[in-house]
Amino acid sequence: MISNEKVITADKLTKKFGPFVAVDQISFEVNKGEIFGFLGANGAGKTTAMRMLCGLSLPTSGTATVAGFDVYKENELIKRNIGYMSQKFSLYEDLTIRENIRFYAGIYGLSDQRIKEKTNLLLKQLSLEGKEKTLVRELPLGWKQKLAFSIAIVHDPAIVFLDEPTGGVDPITRREFWSLIYEASEKGITIFVTTHYMDEAEYCNRVSIMVDGRIDALDSPANLMKNFSADSMDGVFLQLARKAVRNE
Amino acid sequence: MRALKFLLQKELRQIFRDPSIFFILFIMPMIQLIILPLAADYEIKNINLGVVDHDHSEYSQKLINKIVSSGYFRLRDYSATFPQGLHAIELDKTDLILEIPAQFERILVKENEATLFVAANSINGVKAGLGSAYIQGIIQDFNQDVRMQWIQLPRLSPQPTIEVTSSNWYNENMNYKVFMVPGILVMLVTMIGSSFASNNIVREKEIGTIEQINVSPLKKTQFILGKLIPFWMLALSVLTVGLLIARIIYGIVPLGHYLTIYVFAAIYLLAILGLGLLMSTYAQTQQQSMLVSFFVTMIFNLLSGLYTPIESMPQWAQIITKLNPVSYFIEVMRMVVLKGSGLVDIKYHILALLGFAVFFNTWAILNYKKRSG
Repeated sequence: MISNEKVITADKLTKKFGPFVAVDQISFEVNKGEIFGFLGANGAGKTTAMRMLCGLSLPTSGTATVAGFDVYKENELIKRNIGYMSQKFSLYEDLTIRENIRFYAGIYGLSDQRIKEKTNLLLKQLSLEGKEKTLVRELPLGWKQKLAFSIAIVHDPAIVFLDEPTGGVDPITRREFWSLIYEASEKGITIFVTTHYMDEAEYCNRVSIMVDGRIDALDSPANLMKNFSADSMDGVFLQLARKAVRNE
Repeated sequence: MRALKFLLQKELRQIFRDPSIFFILFIMPMIQLIILPLAADYEIKNINLGVVDHDHSEYSQKLINKIVSSGYFRLRDYSATFPQGLHAIELDKTDLILEIPAQFERILVKENEATLFVAANSINGVKAGLGSAYIQGIIQDFNQDVRMQWIQLPRLSPQPTIEVTSSNWYNENMNYKVFMVPGILVMLVTMIGSSFASNNIVREKEIGTIEQINVSPLKKTQFILGKLIPFWMLALSVLTVGLLIARIIYGIVPLGHYLTIYVFAAIYLLAILGLGLLMSTYAQTQQQSMLVSFFVTMIFNLLSGLYTPIESMPQWAQIITKLNPVSYFIEVMRMVVLKGSGLVDIKYHILALLGFAVFFNTWAILNYKKRSG
């Protein structure tokens, strides 16, 4: 499914907060249909980089395009073509499952017919049939995360950005979550995901590892393990992350 | 604008799912409108009177009786000497001392002239001022009685007196409630509108859902309208409940049209809600926005002419009231309810409020940023 078409390009993308350089001249490209892992310790700059690509934060310097649109000028056009799932759970807890789906599908301009189809499909996919009138606040965390992911791609975006989507979720649910990611990837959606779990990093086609705002390594998991002569991604990550001078 | 439909639907669902909505819509207006007008009455009653009577005559007794029977005073202390009377004031037992000198009756009869002494505790200036005025009026009346009784009236009164009779317009019985209830209703609608609006966006910031909105193609104007319209409807509902209470409990039926009130309220609320939304685009936490909106509404209410007439404020304060949307609504409410003013009479008020509405809402939209710097 991976083509050579570039859906994300970043060139020397930088973000400074006063004297603090959160993201330091990162350059990379993501191919269409790829599952691209974005790794790094806490405070390495992953979320900041992702927010710039999503049009939520204005870059200080450098260039980047997402889905063919410029992050400086065409940020509102980018937003039509991406899905985003933030670190903080961001569905409305006082609305039901169905109401949340309807709201997010609605603001992305889906027709009523399409919303209905999508809702049924999504409920079936998540085995939530019959629970559509449950308030989201009453769902267990794992379910919430799966629902949030499904809603983030309800409008079939070209790319979906996931910021630590499986934080605090049990291993079984994490596995289920990743099968949702694969399903989305097979439909042609490019996945851009940050994570702390090294087993998850191995599910990605390519991973980049950020240290102190810079990208220190970028390759497929197999190549990384070979180059760093480690037998797991854990080993690769530890070698790189230990070099960090920046505290949290 | 299809997206707006989904925003409104979502917002209304959230509002009506919150159990406190019943309290806000019905209980709050009831409590405010039933209790406040009864308590916030400017007529001073129950002034505690202390008497130092050195005369102990028939006349001094008559005078005291007359004062007490007026209904404004309660005789709380009866001292033998002035220092003792003063002590009662110091103990907060009395507000006012009337000292009747020895031989008051004799001097009055013999010399046609006698003096009384009134001392008032003016920690509460209004009470002291009104108390002295009341007691002076009663003494004057007493004076007339004495003259009628004792003095042979000459055919032509040597002292021509001009008597002033006044007739009260618009609120013939000077019923305080008729004046206060419309004002308190304005205050209520303002409080509910501004605090709801100012808290709402901040709440989405705190929960993190605003991020999900910011990453969507939703336009800023749509988002602000999606917040404005539901609270606008909510506040108009509170106004309706309030007008019903005013009618049922106080029998206040506006001389003008209800429509005039609603037209003005509709524009007024756009301004107040715009201000609330503006505050919420600046605040980061609900605590901040609560404090700021509390501060602003308090200043607005105190400088609105609700409690004190704007005309008696110092010049600078009068200028501030021109920048205060609340003062316009209170004035309009009183004009429509008491004088029966129509839309033509309040056209300048409407224009001013339209100005506020455009100003605050434009600012709110400009300051709401989907992307941080």
